[in-house]
Amino acid sequence: MYTFSNRLKVFAIVLVVLGAIGVASGFMNSHKSLEDVKVILAEEASHHGPEHADATHEVVKGDSHEVTEDSLKAAEDSHEHADSANASADHNDDEHAEHVLHQIHNRQYAALYVAAFFFMMISLGVLAFYAVQYAAQAGWSPVIFRVMEAITYYLLPGALIVLGIALWAGPHLFVWMDPEVVAHDELIQNKASWLNKPWFIIRALIFIGGWSFYRWISRKYSIAQDTAEDNSNFKKGFRWSAGFLVFYIYTSSMMSWDWIMSVDPHWFSTLFGWYVFASMFVSGITVIALMIIYLKSRGYLEFVNDSHLHDLAKFMFGISIFWTYLWFSQFMLIWYSNIPEEVTYFVTRIEDYKLPFFGMVVMNFVFPLLILMNSDYKRIPWFVVMAGIVILCGHYIDVFNMIMPATVGDRWSIGIPEISSVMLFGGLFLLLVFYALTKAPLLAKGNPFTKESEQFHY
Amino acid sequence: MEPSKVIQAMYTDDDVLMSAVKKVKAEKHHIEEIYTPFPVHGLDKAMGLAPTRIAITSFMYGCVGLIVAILMMKFIMIDDWPQDIGGKPSFSYMENMPAFVPIMFELTVFFAAHLMVITFYLRSKMWPFKKAENPDPRTTDDHFLMEIGVHGNEKELTRFLKETGAVEINLIDKAH
Repeated sequence: MYTFSNRLKVFAIVLVVLGAIGVASGFMNSHKSLEDVKVILAEEASHHGPEHADATHEVVKGDSHEVTEDSLKAAEDSHEHADSANASADHNDDEHAEHVLHQIHNRQYAALYVAAFFFMMISLGVLAFYAVQYAAQAGWSPVIFRVMEAITYYLLPGALIVLGIALWAGPHLFVWMDPEVVAHDELIQNKASWLNKPWFIIRALIFIGGWSFYRWISRKYSIAQDTAEDNSNFKKGFRWSAGFLVFYIYTSSMMSWDWIMSVDPHWFSTLFGWYVFASMFVSGITVIALMIIYLKSRGYLEFVNDSHLHDLAKFMFGISIFWTYLWFSQFMLIWYSNIPEEVTYFVTRIEDYKLPFFGMVVMNFVFPLLILMNSDYKRIPWFVVMAGIVILCGHYIDVFNMIMPATVGDRWSIGIPEISSVMLFGGLFLLLVFYALTKAPLLAKGNPFTKESEQFHY
Repeated sequence: MEPSKVIQAMYTDDDVLMSAVKKVKAEKHHIEEIYTPFPVHGLDKAMGLAPTRIAITSFMYGCVGLIVAILMMKFIMIDDWPQDIGGKPSFSYMENMPAFVPIMFELTVFFAAHLMVITFYLRSKMWPFKKAENPDPRTTDDHFLMEIGVHGNEKELTRFLKETGAVEINLIDKAH
């Protein structure tokens, strides 16, 4: 049995408290008046030089869901536009300041949402990985089942938090939740049968309910199998896992449309669900590997050997490449076809998010590729830890890149709101996961494959 | 120096073979070669063979493939015959680069895979129409053969190998 060490508990609680303070102060500071924003903008304009003070340009860049209409309009009356730009400068100034005011305010919600989603996604990825191991009747992994079960304990609270933030933030994150916006937007009106609040909530509850049910029932059978005489619990767990995977394939994809893609309600990508799936899968596997290394360093999990670590590192390596494959497939098709309503997604990211957008490819692809390519390095714990931390940061930035451009435009930064939110949910994640780890023996000794798993060697 | 006489011990199970190899190594006998019908996991480690370097060659071949793809696409699509494809009449390599990534990927894999196989054949001294070195055709079916050099100790070696689970032991004179 694992006992939750006090040092770790205190560390997690400190994270939660500091994170909560940071988030709260972020929200309080974000209540700015229009006049404050104008002062900020004037200061920025004096720093950045005259070309940056062009308000019209900023509006077009800043708000991705307006880009299509704006650019179309701009194309129609480009001559007129140039003439009237000076005349309407005063009007634009006000409009722009108000727009920036919204973005500054949105940033608090978005930062909170990104971090909440990131930790929920880790848990969901581990749940899928766990179900795959069960359904495939994998012989190598049963010794790490209890670690996976502990991580998935966070899924229910984590997913409810994500849903809660989504509803609480409402139009701050999801413009389609604002009736005022929908009234003037034909594209969103056409999607209203899917993108409306009641149906959004029902769907979310179906997703969360299904995942949590599988998590609950598979855990129940896994515990029952420890003391069972025969393999009937294992067989039931196997059947539920196979069924869950079918449910998961559909719901994880729909969840990514609902919870992420709909922040840009005009834009869509058909492989978005797979892309988010790759992200959650690799983050989940990475967290399993990091937790195993941590627990082994504390003298637990003596039955986990370096071949298990090697296999997890292989998955980290392989799924990182899979993520890149999907990232690039999505990017290249849209870049190549260059259709205005699609390509605006990447235009905003490359113009305003150059560093996180391309930095994420280095962190999620180039770095793990080079570090984890050598077979021997995959069994050296500190190498895996190093690669794992970079992968996790990279996938946080991945989520960041999905949410931020639609909500805060070019007003992004990784500052107190973002870091505090990560601390808040990271601390909560640690508390719940390590609490769940104390609830059952660390070895699923009744699993019919446990003996094989203990003797697993490469 | 290769011994003129070898003992060939036949086994019918890979697990028995593995434990026999470990015992033979523990007794400090030199294993000349082992012939198996399928790759036996961990056999190379048990025999004490030097780790394979084929992975390193594979990486280098992959790099060659990547470079070939980069230069080839530059020559074909930018220098030699630039074309306007999908409204991208750009004469810059970087601005067209994403379209070349699939080709870079494919040629990396192509070079790594093919050259690695060819390297493996060359390194194992295998080429078309070469006479098989396999001493016993049963090793292509269901038997495992271990070849051990004899240095005037055939009697005790035979007895020892019998104990390790060999089903058949032959003394072969390799002197020409």
